[in-house]
Amino acid sequence: MAPFLEVKNLTHVYSAGTPFEHKALDNVSFYLERGEFVGVIGHTGSGKSTLMQHLNGLLKPDSGAVLLDGVDIWSDKKITRQARFRVGLVFQYPEYQLFEETVYKDIAFGPRNMGLPAEEIDRRVREAAGFVGISDAQLASSPFDLSGGQKRRAAIAGVIAMEPELLILDEPTAGLDPAGREDILANIDGYRRAKNATVMMVSHSMNDVARMADRLIVMNRARIAMDGTPREIFTLNHTQELMDMGLDIPELTRVFLRLRRMGLNVPVVYTMEQAVDAMTSLRGGTDHA
Amino acid sequence: MNTAISVEHLAYTYPGVDNTPGVTVFEDLNLRIEEGSFVAILGGNGCGKSTLAKHFNAILLPCGGKVWVYGMDTSDEDKRIAVRRSAGMVFQNPDNQIVANVVEEDVAFGPENLGIASPEIRRRVNQALTQVGMYEYREHAPHLLSGGQKQRVAIAGIIAMEPKCIVLDEPTAMLDPRGRREVMETVTRLNREKNITIVLITHHMDEAAKAQRVIVLNQGKIAADGTPEAVFSQVELLHGIGLASPDTVELCWELNQQGFALPLDSLDPEECAQILYNAVKI
Repeated sequence: MAPFLEVKNLTHVYSAGTPFEHKALDNVSFYLERGEFVGVIGHTGSGKSTLMQHLNGLLKPDSGAVLLDGVDIWSDKKITRQARFRVGLVFQYPEYQLFEETVYKDIAFGPRNMGLPAEEIDRRVREAAGFVGISDAQLASSPFDLSGGQKRRAAIAGVIAMEPELLILDEPTAGLDPAGREDILANIDGYRRAKNATVMMVSHSMNDVARMADRLIVMNRARIAMDGTPREIFTLNHTQELMDMGLDIPELTRVFLRLRRMGLNVPVVYTMEQAVDAMTSLRGGTDHA
Repeated sequence: MNTAISVEHLAYTYPGVDNTPGVTVFEDLNLRIEEGSFVAILGGNGCGKSTLAKHFNAILLPCGGKVWVYGMDTSDEDKRIAVRRSAGMVFQNPDNQIVANVVEEDVAFGPENLGIASPEIRRRVNQALTQVGMYEYREHAPHLLSGGQKQRVAIAGIIAMEPKCIVLDEPTAMLDPRGRREVMETVTRLNREKNITIVLITHHMDEAAKAQRVIVLNQGKIAADGTPEAVFSQVELLHGIGLASPDTVELCWELNQQGFALPLDSLDPEECAQILYNAVKI
């Protein structure tokens, strides 16, 4: 069976033939499976956004292909249009794109464009609102009366309402406070679990991707530099490489790498839970020693 | 030590539209920022951080009380230009702050508007670009720079006006880790070497930890104010208002819930590792 999504030898060049010619993607290949939560990290200009925009057909590859269930999304106009619904894209600061009179209408905009019947649109709007914690009262209000975090969630609901099989988000937590960040990450993961959807989250927060993603793709200079689990990526021998790429490793990973250098037998951790477990079991160990 | 910014009994309400009531952000806020200090202001979305910052260079004027910037009343119209020269602002989105097609012209925009003579502008532009580490990009087009580079150009544009104080409103929110490091290093250096007062508004606890003083705002009031160590050790208070401490402190706090007795003032990984090491190594 073909994988859910396949990116095959994808290359994209901006301003080809001008002095500003710039290769944004250089022979990039990978697969995505259904239900995966994939974090994408990479410095500004590493090709992350260009990659995202290829996955739902906003950009056309200069060479290579994007295949959904084995079918090239550019093989036929109808299939390209379908790809735009099957792959939902949430841009940075999506709340700036809210424009309707009510939150309800804003969330309904996507499903309405899909030509769905009214009751189906209504079901989807309410379900999407539920995923992001927007109340019925808020659905009736103007999007501009919501707080920053609520606006962000309403904008994400607008994409979720199209029930994309692949939900791609570019920095969904940028500019939010810690509580707001937690909420949005939980909303996204809730959608993934409920629909067995694939999530691809571009983030500059190493902590967020380390915590949420089962798999990380590291972009550097238009190519995939690393692809693996957070545990495989955030290791001691990658630390310098990641720093050189303009990235970082999570703070807690740093603490534990230091502990290992100090001679403690601790695993490499990248979440709070793992760090607490590692320390409590270590204390248990010394108590019995 | 002299006072850079003084906020006295500040009251501010955003006016309502049509018949809707306005939104009151501050009722009676009092605050003093010393000259040459590096202060971080933290708070949840909607706590009043940005509203406060906009009072520091007279973008917003108090509805009640006073804001003094280097002894000048921001409400005094005759002082407004002098206030803005003293306290420059850098915003979140670098793309909204760039006006010219060439980096050095962008940096020259501010001093040109101040009516400064050309040779002096030349000197200031070169110096400002050197200070932010962007001199070699002076002839580049700003829109082709990375986010961190653009933000440093925006900072250079402010420095070229030779302000005594720079107010930065979430300057790293849109940047990658390297961009964040670059901006933070630049800001820290300007404070240390040029004695420029820095007011940094941020959602990143690790950035706030680099300041000399952290002020936490919640619902228009000061919820905590002190050294980073003193503020971040108040973990429950921060959680209560939707904030968090840096992960190193959070880890020690979590472990204390499990029966450890760790201090809550380790703001860097090395220090945290040492504390953990001491706790399990008998």
